[in-house]
Amino acid sequence: MTSAGLAALLRTQPHGRLDALPYGKLLDLAFERVADEFHLTMPFAIGLVGAPGRLHGGAIAGLLEIAALARVITALPDADAAPRIRPVTITVDFMREGAPQLTTATAEITRLGRRIVNVSARAWQADRAKPIAAANVNFLVDYPRTGSGAGPAR
Amino acid sequence: MIDPSETDTRQQRFIQRFMNGVPHLAALGIAYQAHGADWAELAMPFAEQQLADPDYGIIASGAIFTLMDSAAGFSVFVRRNTLEPHATLDLRLDYLRAPKPRATIIGRGECYRLTRQIAFVRGLAHDGDPADPIANMAGTFMFSAKPAEGMSSAKPAEGMLAGPK
Repeated sequence: MTSAGLAALLRTQPHGRLDALPYGKLLDLAFERVADEFHLTMPFAIGLVGAPGRLHGGAIAGLLEIAALARVITALPDADAAPRIRPVTITVDFMREGAPQLTTATAEITRLGRRIVNVSARAWQADRAKPIAAANVNFLVDYPRTGSGAGPAR
Repeated sequence: MIDPSETDTRQQRFIQRFMNGVPHLAALGIAYQAHGADWAELAMPFAEQQLADPDYGIIASGAIFTLMDSAAGFSVFVRRNTLEPHATLDLRLDYLRAPKPRATIIGRGECYRLTRQIAFVRGLAHDGDPADPIANMAGTFMFSAKPAEGMSSAKPAEGMLAGPK
């Protein structure tokens, strides 16, 4: 699936899976619109474990990053043009250990600029009032030049 | 600092077994590369499941975050010379440039300061040349008040992370 296809999926469907992203498939991510929010869920799997009995912080960071990315895709006015969206900086704070259970994340855009989008994301498990981690991600957005195609050149 | 040529095979085997026992590292193909008295290097060969954007070949930040968090955590283990559990307090990555397509990414972490409760780490990720990194890392770890369940089994291995006598 193309990035434009993913954008269409995220923007039109109330829920679905993120198998279009290989990394989303690895984390078994699903998305759901909840009121005016956009939630991502990551079910527990053995493959997410770091220290015994705990989720690896990198998997939680990965969930936060994709939640932030999905939020940007749904917010960009011309996401159908398949812009390249890359994180420039990511900072993750860990508040509680990740228990072996479902983790949910949501993200909100602090500022939607033309080239830079600032996003904050948070993740929780059973109790939303007790976040296990939060991230600030600053994305750089650029659009493929007309005619040159959306090649993988970076 | 440990001369890698002197690293004994018993220690190597122990580290590899320890690394292979971390499921999320196995899922991403992250493996032990090298370590010294206060630093550790892990390698992440390219694999399809690391991609966040297959069209542009963009590796998920989460995959690189996992690599760097683990390299940093490992540097704390070697600096403390124990596998006593710790937890990441925060970690920041700056992405300096895109990695070469399908490159193996090396994550290097260094524990440059240790206090009673906190370890301070820094490091970088590169795809072949440490002088031309793809990401810069800074973070902190806190030490657990009590050993996490399961980690106590690692206790007899204390000292295994030290270099040969």
